[in-house]
Amino acid sequence: MNYLSTLLPASTEIFLLAMVCAILIVDLFVADPGKTLTYLLVQLTLLGCALITVATHQQGVVYLFHKMFVDDLMSDVLKLLSYLAISVMLVYSRSYLMVRGLFTGEFMVLALFALLGMMVMISASHFLTLYLGLELLSLSLYAMVALQRDSATATEAAMKYFILGALASGLLLYGMSMLYGATGSLEVAAVSDAITHGVQNKQLLVFGLVFIVSGLAFKLGAVPFHMWVPDVYHGAPTAMTMLVGTAPKLAAFAFVMRILVEGLQPLMAHWSGMLVILAVLSMAVGNISAIAQTNLKRMLAYSTIAHMGFLLLGVLSGDVEGYGSAMFYAVVYVLMSLGGFGMIMLLSREGFEADTLNDFKGLNQRSPWLAFIMLLLMFSMAGVPPTVGFYAKFAVLSAVVNAGHIPLAVAAVLFSLIGAFYYLRIVKLMYFDTPESHVPISIQPDSGLLISANGLAVLALGIMPGTLMSVCAVSVRQSLLLVH
Amino acid sequence: MIFGLPLLSVAIWLPIVFGILVLATGGDRNAPMARGIALAGSILGFLVTIPLYTGFDKMTSAMQFVEMRDWIVRYSIHYHLGVDGISVLFVLLNSFFTPLVVIAGWKVIEKRVAQYMAAFLIMSGLVNGVFASLDAVLFYVFWEAMLIPMFIIIGVWGGPNRVYAAVKFFLYTLLGSLLMLVALLYLYNQSGGSFEILDYHQMAIPMTAQILVFIAFFTAFSVKVPMFPVHTWLPDAHVEAPTGGSVILAAIMLKVGAYGFIRFSMPIAPDASHKLAGVMIALSLIAVVYIGLVALTQTDMKKLIAYSSVSHMGFVTLGFFIFNAYGVEGALLQMISHGFVSGALFLCIGVLYDRVHSRKIADYGGVANTMPVFAAFFMLFAMSNSGLPGTSGFVGEFMVIMGAVKANFWYAFLAATTLVFGAAYTLWMYKRVIFGAVANHHVAELKDITAREKLVFAILALTVLGMGLYPLPFSEIMHASVNDLLVHVARSKL
Repeated sequence: MNYLSTLLPASTEIFLLAMVCAILIVDLFVADPGKTLTYLLVQLTLLGCALITVATHQQGVVYLFHKMFVDDLMSDVLKLLSYLAISVMLVYSRSYLMVRGLFTGEFMVLALFALLGMMVMISASHFLTLYLGLELLSLSLYAMVALQRDSATATEAAMKYFILGALASGLLLYGMSMLYGATGSLEVAAVSDAITHGVQNKQLLVFGLVFIVSGLAFKLGAVPFHMWVPDVYHGAPTAMTMLVGTAPKLAAFAFVMRILVEGLQPLMAHWSGMLVILAVLSMAVGNISAIAQTNLKRMLAYSTIAHMGFLLLGVLSGDVEGYGSAMFYAVVYVLMSLGGFGMIMLLSREGFEADTLNDFKGLNQRSPWLAFIMLLLMFSMAGVPPTVGFYAKFAVLSAVVNAGHIPLAVAAVLFSLIGAFYYLRIVKLMYFDTPESHVPISIQPDSGLLISANGLAVLALGIMPGTLMSVCAVSVRQSLLLVH
Repeated sequence: MIFGLPLLSVAIWLPIVFGILVLATGGDRNAPMARGIALAGSILGFLVTIPLYTGFDKMTSAMQFVEMRDWIVRYSIHYHLGVDGISVLFVLLNSFFTPLVVIAGWKVIEKRVAQYMAAFLIMSGLVNGVFASLDAVLFYVFWEAMLIPMFIIIGVWGGPNRVYAAVKFFLYTLLGSLLMLVALLYLYNQSGGSFEILDYHQMAIPMTAQILVFIAFFTAFSVKVPMFPVHTWLPDAHVEAPTGGSVILAAIMLKVGAYGFIRFSMPIAPDASHKLAGVMIALSLIAVVYIGLVALTQTDMKKLIAYSSVSHMGFVTLGFFIFNAYGVEGALLQMISHGFVSGALFLCIGVLYDRVHSRKIADYGGVANTMPVFAAFFMLFAMSNSGLPGTSGFVGEFMVIMGAVKANFWYAFLAATTLVFGAAYTLWMYKRVIFGAVANHHVAELKDITAREKLVFAILALTVLGMGLYPLPFSEIMHASVNDLLVHVARSKL
């Protein structure tokens, strides 16, 4: 009994794993093509996860399994947001996938496995745990992208994603092995201690760091490791794109925090320089390439690259404020892309993908409300107040200026100006042009309600951003203060 | 406080709430209801700002009607509102124009009426927010947010080339704003964590930093004013915008930029302002003289008035950067007068455009024969635009020229050429459009202005004459604040 009670901090992961296995079996007996029972079970599982996470929350930082697993405020907040993102993703994708015959038990089970992977990553305090979580996440995502077997583009996307992802994992592992060679440990805190107390072979350490940063950049999709992003976003069915593009970014943020900040903080002088290059290139390439896109999913892919560059800016400012702003940025980004991809799925129907820019022409005449929601999302992505996207940029820029990198801040705002152009183009298409198609838009009530909530959340959080900002800042600060 | 109401908050949020109500009326089936609610909201919005004037204490330069609440605690950002003798006038000007614009668009706008009216109401509230904010982030939020309705107004209800104009307008202004954001973050950092604009006024800043901050603010505000050479968005935006959009753009939006110089650039970076005053004056004079000449050659009436606006706003920035009381007060009066006059002129052109669907001067001639009442009103506004004594246009220009004489004779000389050029382009345009023989059957078929249009013009005509004959109510309210500003700007902050 005593041993079991020490497992409490990991109980959510255990619960989720048990439920995934159960759902896998239950699904075999669900004949209904809509998979209602499975779907409800999955949503209940997510709710259960949220309840358990809240109920088992403990003050401070709790280590488990010989310091391989950590439970702190940051991990709890990120996990709760991941459940929310997955749950929202399922609501948006349900009818979209149903008409395409893809709303299967496997889809949901894989989504939950991906979630489990993210949770392990978020709570990892050991390089091996991090790696295991990452692989569980990645393998589930590869499979999901490939789920539409008869689509050539989806298969191609999955192949690219898999090969490049495997390469990135290899780089990460290689980097980790060098760190192990230099410090003699794979435990995040121990690595940090070892480096602070001086290591013999600094060169090996920095060499390992380069590999680790490259691997991270791959997973985040930062330039020059971004090549997979547009192809995967474009090729995969939109529901899978949404899954790839939203919640995993939260896990990726946690990954950056655990490795670079908690583990390799003493090497900050080295990695912050690398991040500067990644961030500036990502913002430049992402924003400029996005202008040329005619496919909305591809455009959002490039916009993601640019957003990740912005997120890295927050990290590279190298103080608690910066990490807090990066976390806030990640959360806001997830909220906005859920809405963006959700809108594409909402406007799609059987045999028709609303994923080119022209499909948004004249949306204001077809449905003023949806156009308004999309307007909010686009202005938020562009960082125009009073939407929450502005405060995300504001927080990051504030941290960057605070760290004394004013030229970086100026570069960042100039690239956001370029970015504003293509977001504005969507607004222009929706409001200024006349529609090409007059097919009535039919929306399921649940996803219609959700997209409204999603859009209004972008506005409401923009008017009252204080709470979410503080939550992010406090959770990052607590985790870091208690670790060191 | 009247009846314990937070007046500034009401002035900001009442139009916005009414705007949302108007949106809720839905499609064009309910257009009459949308119009009614919009008119009620805009008139109420104006009425609530009147106590700001009547209850204003003219003796002090301190902020009045102050409201202060926590907003984003983490960055110590406050919902901090207040007006001084300078900003209160612009809150009034803005609220005054909203009902006029609603009335002007009453019949003319037939598609998506609710969205049109709502955009103007929401923008009116946001502009009041810009003038009343004492917190830099709050200011920035209102400043940027007002781009969104204007973007939609130009793009949806504008002329043939509206998309280009709307995007150009948005990106131009966004560029300036983003650099200003960096400057604000720098100031936040240097002040030890405050976004209070008034704190920045007191803060010592080294020279290099002052110059950089000044340049960042300059990009933001000069685009909005607009100053030469970043004025090129304005003619495009004006020409393509619907009448109401042009009116608000000219009467209100341009003032926001000039206001920024007074509230941010000059008091926050006084040493840089003095150091760079030569550049500012040069750019202002180029605007006055060169853009005045450009206006002379225009064949499109709206473009002509747009260039005339740039030229008049050159006067305003000239007045600011000669740093004396005549100059600054004259510039502020010029801003208000230009608001009335340019708004009225765009409404006049709108009246013609609604009937003939052309803005080309060449398409008109002899309008006085068919629209005598209209011609009379148009005459008054044209005269005021060229600075005729007895109209509002004269007061500001005269004071700025007087101030300029004190600073340097040649500034005054060049500035005074506007009295010639202004008269030339305005009256020449007036002559070609209004006088002469009836040019074509379009003009022959013209009907004189309706009672609704008469009402709008009458109100504006009275204001223009009133301000020209008795400007004291406008100038006395700003005395204390202007003097305080000048004392402040004269003190070095190094």
